[in-house]
Amino acid sequence: MSPLVSIRDLRVAFGGVPVLRGVDIILQEGEAVGLVGESGSGKSVTWLAALGLLPRHAQVSGSVRLDGRELLGAPASELDQVRGGRIAMIFQDPASALNPVLTIRRQLCEALILHRNLSGEAAKAEARRLLDVVGIPDAGRRLEAYPHEFSGGQVQRIMIAMALAGNPDLLIADEPTTALDATIQAQILELLSAIRREMNIAMVLISHDLGVVAENCDRVAVMYAGRIVEQAPSNQLFADPVHPYAQGLIGALPPLDGPRRRLTAIPGTVPDPAQMPDGCAFAPRCAMVAEACSVSAPSLARIADDRAVACIRAEASRCALLGIAAE
Amino acid sequence: MSPPLVEVSAISRSYSMRSGMFGRAAAVHAVDGVSLTIPRGETLGLVGESGSGKSTTGRIVLGLEPPDRGEVRFDGKAMATPGTAAWRAQRARMQMIFQDPLGALDRRLPVATQIREPLDIHGIGTPAMREERVRELLRAVELMPAHGTRYPGALSGGQRQRIVLARALATKPDFLVCDEPVSALDVSIQAQVVNLLCDLQAQLGLTLLFISHDLRVVRQISTIVAVMYLGRIVEIGSADDLFARPEHPYTQALVSASPAPGRRSAGRIVLAGDPPNPAARPQGCAFHPRCPRAVARCASEVPALSAVGGDRQVACHLVTGAQTRDAA
Repeated sequence: MSPLVSIRDLRVAFGGVPVLRGVDIILQEGEAVGLVGESGSGKSVTWLAALGLLPRHAQVSGSVRLDGRELLGAPASELDQVRGGRIAMIFQDPASALNPVLTIRRQLCEALILHRNLSGEAAKAEARRLLDVVGIPDAGRRLEAYPHEFSGGQVQRIMIAMALAGNPDLLIADEPTTALDATIQAQILELLSAIRREMNIAMVLISHDLGVVAENCDRVAVMYAGRIVEQAPSNQLFADPVHPYAQGLIGALPPLDGPRRRLTAIPGTVPDPAQMPDGCAFAPRCAMVAEACSVSAPSLARIADDRAVACIRAEASRCALLGIAAE
Repeated sequence: MSPPLVEVSAISRSYSMRSGMFGRAAAVHAVDGVSLTIPRGETLGLVGESGSGKSTTGRIVLGLEPPDRGEVRFDGKAMATPGTAAWRAQRARMQMIFQDPLGALDRRLPVATQIREPLDIHGIGTPAMREERVRELLRAVELMPAHGTRYPGALSGGQRQRIVLARALATKPDFLVCDEPVSALDVSIQAQVVNLLCDLQAQLGLTLLFISHDLRVVRQISTIVAVMYLGRIVEIGSADDLFARPEHPYTQALVSASPAPGRRSAGRIVLAGDPPNPAARPQGCAFHPRCPRAVARCASEVPALSAVGGDRQVACHLVTGAQTRDAA
């Protein structure tokens, strides 16, 4: 089966400073992939670059293919069909993504007119159906309301409705629940997974929250300093992380049950993109660091079916985690 | 047993809010009859969603805001009148840490000057001793003396929060109120700051009121946990026990909503409805419109916080002591 999206060696630099340093992602139809990493790791930039949404001064190279068609450098007219159409995006701060002086109907219908060639009553009926789908009560009347008349959770539901307006094959959700309260986060995540199942939409879930990603994705990619350092099926990544950074992230998460343990904090901070260390970007913070780590950056290598890790000390770190002598 | 350091009895605070420019002013009960006791050297975690009144509670406990009703006692004495010398002396013993360290620091001053400021204000030690104390504080929060000469803009988020922590510790306080101190930090940095807080608490015998929406962090650091919903405490108990066996339907939903790696969302309690609006507090139990187990009585009668066995207290008509716990 040919993949829905394939990203190859995607690189982005701002003013000569590389922020994305060679990212490869393959996405199959209907699949849910999570991207985790700390701020500045390149999770969002990957998709902004793929969709041509970065400012003009960003230097982008590599390849992004949707159903085999190249998106990087594609003409604006073609990208306009893809953005909001085949690939839809929802963001962390839904309130700022809506226009405060237009009714919800106007904003939903705009997407329907652009991507579905609907107009007038047909567009309005479809807008109402979409609000029903995302669980806004009394959809008919609420269409005439303005964004400020909705709560934060409802605004995110409206954003999801808008994303669905173009009948997308892929939904990119960038920290969709970060600004929401815990019980509302649970509602939105449940809605996303129900919609995905029913409409067979592929999803990329970008989050700094490992728990959110683990529960809602089939596969997870961990990013660090502009690269993917580990890729694995969700359950395997959390049960048996291989990259020392992935291990660190999971160890840094306080447990909600069982005995309390001291958190394994990763020392230091993320490197400045303008002063990236030679070799592996994680080496200065890594507990397993060896001399060879500062020589060249490790590439993402397959360690099992569906699993890949970018670490020359992968074997040793895995053994260390399991408590086996590395030799 | 030594008396508790902080005793909060039945504090309430309401604000008046207008709906729209010409709307009628309505009272918003941000905090409604909250009582807490924090024993010396322990940490009380206060959890709840936005609008639950947890930050207002923190501000009242610290004396930044007077309660409308009720009383806060610190070290056995009632809070002094703001502005008096007694109040200042008391305030030097209690400090606060906020979520946004950049907002809490002055961008135009080197951070060492800012750590020194409370010592200058409270007139503690000679200038030379103050310099020494600043170096000591920087060491305590695991920073280098060189960091002190920098401006907040030149430090990372985690480092800034350490500076805020160092400044809060400058006057050797007994009590710290931490309002979402790690929420703005990345996971790996969050773990550094949480570990540091735990270490400092053990070394200095600090008493903490730790306010957060993050159940994991709260459990990690707290001995007692109180859950707030619309200005009231709905459940309180020892941290491990409360998260392992939540009794109040709201606590149950909150614990169940916390995503966990390695667990799929099967069996999750997803609450219907929106987060509560403090300006339109429902009659009876404030949680009843969203409660999956609500009965008729919940809509008319406010449940009181009552002991249900062990050290647990729950405010729910459906949770009534030992028999319920055994049956569950």
